[in-house]
Amino acid sequence: MSADRLFRPLAAAQHNVLIEFDGQPLSVPAHVSLAAALLASGVRHTRESAISGRPAAPYCMMGVCFECLVQVDDQASVQSCLVPVRAGMRVRRQCGAAALMPVGEANDE
Amino acid sequence: MQKTDVIIVGGGLVGMSIAYGLALLGRQVSVLDEGDDAIRAARGNFGLLWVQGKGYGMSPYAQWTRDSVALWPRFAAALHADTGIDIHLRQAGGFQLCLSDAEMAEEAARLGWLREALDGDYPYELLDPVQLRNRLPGIGPDVVGGCFSPMDGHVNPLKLLRSLYAACQARGVKVINGHRVEAIEPDASGFRLQAGDQRWSARQVVLAAGLGNRSLGEQVGLDVPVQPNRGQILVTERLQPFLEYPTTYVRQTDEGTVQLGDSHESAGFDDGTGSRVMAAIARRAVQCFPLLGDVRLVRAWGALRVMSADGFPIYEMSQVCPGLSVVSCHSGVTLAAVHALRLAPWIAGDFDDPAVKPFGLHRFNSSMEMRHVG
Repeated sequence: MSADRLFRPLAAAQHNVLIEFDGQPLSVPAHVSLAAALLASGVRHTRESAISGRPAAPYCMMGVCFECLVQVDDQASVQSCLVPVRAGMRVRRQCGAAALMPVGEANDE
Repeated sequence: MQKTDVIIVGGGLVGMSIAYGLALLGRQVSVLDEGDDAIRAARGNFGLLWVQGKGYGMSPYAQWTRDSVALWPRFAAALHADTGIDIHLRQAGGFQLCLSDAEMAEEAARLGWLREALDGDYPYELLDPVQLRNRLPGIGPDVVGGCFSPMDGHVNPLKLLRSLYAACQARGVKVINGHRVEAIEPDASGFRLQAGDQRWSARQVVLAAGLGNRSLGEQVGLDVPVQPNRGQILVTERLQPFLEYPTTYVRQTDEGTVQLGDSHESAGFDDGTGSRVMAAIARRAVQCFPLLGDVRLVRAWGALRVMSADGFPIYEMSQVCPGLSVVSCHSGVTLAAVHALRLAPWIAGDFDDPAVKPFGLHRFNSSMEMRHVG
């Protein structure tokens, strides 16, 4: 059975917002968590494990399992189930561990 | 009634290290472990193999600690051969970071005393901020200096515990979980132990129950002066490797998370966390490595150290109840190797190791006041 049938909104989304996922525009339901918005829009692969590289997607939806990590507007390791989706968010898969040096500053000087 | 050669009470790092050492000697060993609701230092510690500074005022402990880290490669190799588990042992040295001149002076004095007490055989370097920054990139401006010792190292402590369980089981040790030993009685052939409606008997018993040794010791007429001392630890999100060496306050694990410590509190048997201490730990970690200011914390926990009245280990063989020994200590990670490879033979009666003598309970008898300190 496709997982798609498991994602049924209780009521039709009142409106959608536009975000960016891995560089592509994506229209997602408003007023839900970023994790729910990604799942409802067909995204099934949101991170890769820092230990094994295993692909993963949001799982517990309540802040416990850390499977839903993504980058949001250059902030690494955001738990997407804990942040509301917002128009214009730039979201990327969290692939591996975050760098301690902020992106772009490591090569300064 | 279930019979065995040796029963070890306590399945933490201390008990399992001794169980492994006894199994290597061919003894038939059972470990009675309390259960997952027990207070467990073995699941809350920082994972350091730490030598520098330990044994100040008691040089046999400094030597014993050094002996353990020297045995660690052999111990880890044996565990790996028995289990295939990589416990991520790294012994490239470690740094103590100092945030004030007073702290730096105190560390220098301690290390100087220890070097003299060990006849000069005690390698370390005192580093000024410039030297330190060259060795540890990312150090903050509040760090006034540090001490490096090549004797120090670290390991993944949870993988260590897991590999000890696997190695012990591979060598026939029976680990019996979910039983809190309530009674120990000497009898003609050794000892009888009771937990709930279960009974066990053994020729020899080793008390390695951490803070539980106090009440278990009382049952066999031994005063074991141990008290809980709480430490809290914060854990960050996984980060790409940035810190090769362990430091006393900040350590990056093999899987990328960073552990931040350490604290010392008297909180009785409460192993919880508190925001005041957590804030202090976070503040100091960011002083040490300012880039940590932007990382996310994912977990925090408290754990209880097993502290003896003078802070040093207790190794005792009862004169009144022959066959009963007591092992209590903080630093179950650092001492795991020496516990398996030297203390276990001493407990087994195979080797009367003179290095163990200074750690007997007799040292508390002469100074009643010390018993109630700390």
